Amino acid sequence: MKLVTFIFCIFAGAAWAVEPSEMLDDPILEERARVLSQGLRCPVCQNETIDESNASLAQELRIVLRERLVAGDSDEEAVTYMVSRYGEYVLLRPDARGANLILWLAAPLMLLLALVIAAQTIRRKGRGAAPLSDEEEKELSKILDQ
Amino acid sequence: MIWVMTAVMMTELGHFALILAFGIAIVQMIIPMIGAHRNNPAYMAVAKPAAITQFLLVGFSFCALTWAFVTSDFSLQLVYANSHTDKPMIYKISGVWGNHEGSMLLWQLILTLFGASAAVFGGNLPDRLRARVLSVQASIAVAFFAFILFTSNPFLRLAVPPLNGRDLNPLLQDPGLAFHPPFLYLGYVGLSMAFSFAIAALIEGKVDAAWGRWVRPWTLAAWVFLTLGIALGSWWAYYELGWGGFWFWDPVENASFMPWLIAAALLHSAIVVEKREALKSWTILLAILAFGFSLLGTFIVRSGVLTSVHAFANDPTRGVLILIILAIFLGGALTLFAVRAGAMETKGVFGAVSRESALVLNNVLLAVSCFVVFIGTIWPLVAEMFFGRTLSVGPPFFEAAFTPFMVVLAIVLPVGSILAWKRGNLRRAAKPLLPWVGLAIAAGALAYAMQTGRSALGPVGVALGVWVIGGAIADLWMRSVRGSFKQRLDRILRLPRADWGKSIAHMGMGVTIFGIAAMMAWEIEDIRVVDVGERWDVGQFSFTLDDVRRVEGPNYVTTIADMGVWRRYQELGTLTPEKRFYPVAKMPTTEAAIRNGFLRDIYVVIGDPQADGGYAVRVYIKPFANWIWGGAILMALGGFISLSDRRLRIGVASARPVKMVAAE
Repeated sequence: MKLVTFIFCIFAGAAWAVEPSEMLDDPILEERARVLSQGLRCPVCQNETIDESNASLAQELRIVLRERLVAGDSDEEAVTYMVSRYGEYVLLRPDARGANLILWLAAPLMLLLALVIAAQTIRRKGRGAAPLSDEEEKELSKILDQ
Repeated sequence: MIWVMTAVMMTELGHFALILAFGIAIVQMIIPMIGAHRNNPAYMAVAKPAAITQFLLVGFSFCALTWAFVTSDFSLQLVYANSHTDKPMIYKISGVWGNHEGSMLLWQLILTLFGASAAVFGGNLPDRLRARVLSVQASIAVAFFAFILFTSNPFLRLAVPPLNGRDLNPLLQDPGLAFHPPFLYLGYVGLSMAFSFAIAALIEGKVDAAWGRWVRPWTLAAWVFLTLGIALGSWWAYYELGWGGFWFWDPVENASFMPWLIAAALLHSAIVVEKREALKSWTILLAILAFGFSLLGTFIVRSGVLTSVHAFANDPTRGVLILIILAIFLGGALTLFAVRAGAMETKGVFGAVSRESALVLNNVLLAVSCFVVFIGTIWPLVAEMFFGRTLSVGPPFFEAAFTPFMVVLAIVLPVGSILAWKRGNLRRAAKPLLPWVGLAIAAGALAYAMQTGRSALGPVGVALGVWVIGGAIADLWMRSVRGSFKQRLDRILRLPRADWGKSIAHMGMGVTIFGIAAMMAWEIEDIRVVDVGERWDVGQFSFTLDDVRRVEGPNYVTTIADMGVWRRYQELGTLTPEKRFYPVAKMPTTEAAIRNGFLRDIYVVIGDPQADGGYAVRVYIKPFANWIWGGAILMALGGFISLSDRRLRIGVASARPVKMVAAE
């Protein structure tokens, strides 16, 4: 799956994802850091989070993120800081601003369109499907009983 | 000397066979189509021998390449770049398709195999339809023969053969990945049959129940292989990448997931065509799209246009050529569809509450969820090209945008699958399901009570899983109609295999949902530095690091840790995670050690030695991990069982006149 990424990251540095030495002593702060770093992309490995990545740059990002949290940033502030420093590219969940609205709205709009078309098809098909009369119902249950 | 001569000859003959097959494919593309148009039996009869010969030639060519790999013929550039004399035999063989050129030859082998099977088993097809199907199939082959021979020829020679090769990427030297590509290709290429049938039907201007019946087995087979291929890839990522992730929403994964979703929609809508002669043009469109997404997947993987994520082939010229192939086939097919789809008259009528409507909803959900995956996959490219924004679309987007569709699908599936055809009754359908609603809610509530107030994901997933599994059981049970328990059981056991297949596949879906939710919600992770001899606890288990040793493997050196696993004071066994280093490729890999269990996996990874002593060690407790792939295997099994149903078995009807089952 993520072979080149993986290979690339191996060469970029021999670290292995989150190292025990990087982890914060405060478990609550560390948990926040883990959650946030799972939403941030390692800039040199194409589709890996900095949490999973073995690249040295990812390690650097993990440390920077933890420094911000220790300095008292809220989650949002810390992420904003990372974006301002490393670019929109590191956000794995693209924001819903500007052109990205197309990305976020495409699915709901498509669903709406599909449902309208489906409803029309079903309504068109429905004409002609007359309900069974009581007699037919009785006959049906007789057949089923056999 | 004779040995060397034979090997050299084999390679040249293999190359020649490939060129010859290209010529035959061109003939098969043109002559039968003209024959079908003029109703000339002699012209149409060309298709069958041509399709078989094509397959035999490509088969020979593939064997020749395999032979070169097995005998380590380093005068072939491809063998030099991807093999090594020390490599275990199984990976010499899987090395044939562990690279771009060889994998395209495998693609072609499977494509011609499907073409030949359609020719051999298609005896019950009307002559003209068969001629057209084989002609369209040959046109796909022509495109890919050209692609292979002009941009990706596996038979290129090196002027000076080196003494040894550069070895196959160590990550690919793994049983899970060795067989991942063949399954995926069987799926991708299997959908080409559905495509060929769709185009042939559009040219004929006729789609009937029989058409649905011919298309469905091919789609079902392709879907089964895709399911297995995706599951293998996911399983491989789980144990090989070293942190137990199983799905990353990587473009390459999405490339195989999109055709899977569309194929799932297609095999459901083909049922409606077959049984009720409705949804014809929509089914044709799905057949075109399914193969379109296969081609798109090939394009994504082979060109590396979206990200340079994948190991093989990042050559832009190849990408452009595949894009042209994609544009011609998809563009041509959709144009044909636009012109001819109106001519498809539908017969079957159905009420708003009916199996047909439920299947329409199934199709809406699957198709739109595929669209979500599609737009998320290509959005970085679009954003960069048109809006100048370099951005990423990762798992958080897909989890937010895709998951709701699967949740809704899981909610409606059990109801839809027991609604009556034509005109159903919701209240009647709900009756056998009611106990399962209760059980699902109870299971969800229990899960919620047992976990310590964390995400809703676990309980909801568990409830949905139980609901879908229960729905599949209720579906079978309902088919027994009434009578004593024994009578009903007898009747269930005698149900057609298609019914069993359906229920098992649906159950598999429930099991997978359950596994994914449970694993994501209740996984425990522990990362720490441990000295040899130390003992520590994770969850209800204890671990000891007993020893760390260095061992030489056949083509690697490895650091092995012996880790004891304990539950309270009872030792469960020793796990031996490894860190390997492949000197030829100069690459390390992690080999996680996993203790597989029905209820949980224990997953341990050994990391680097630390500066101040000890080793970095990761331990994961992954609840219900195996259920994820177990569910996928159940889905595939359901497909196989359904495929073995007499009514669907390919070729069985050729012995006697075709009997329609549409009126069932």
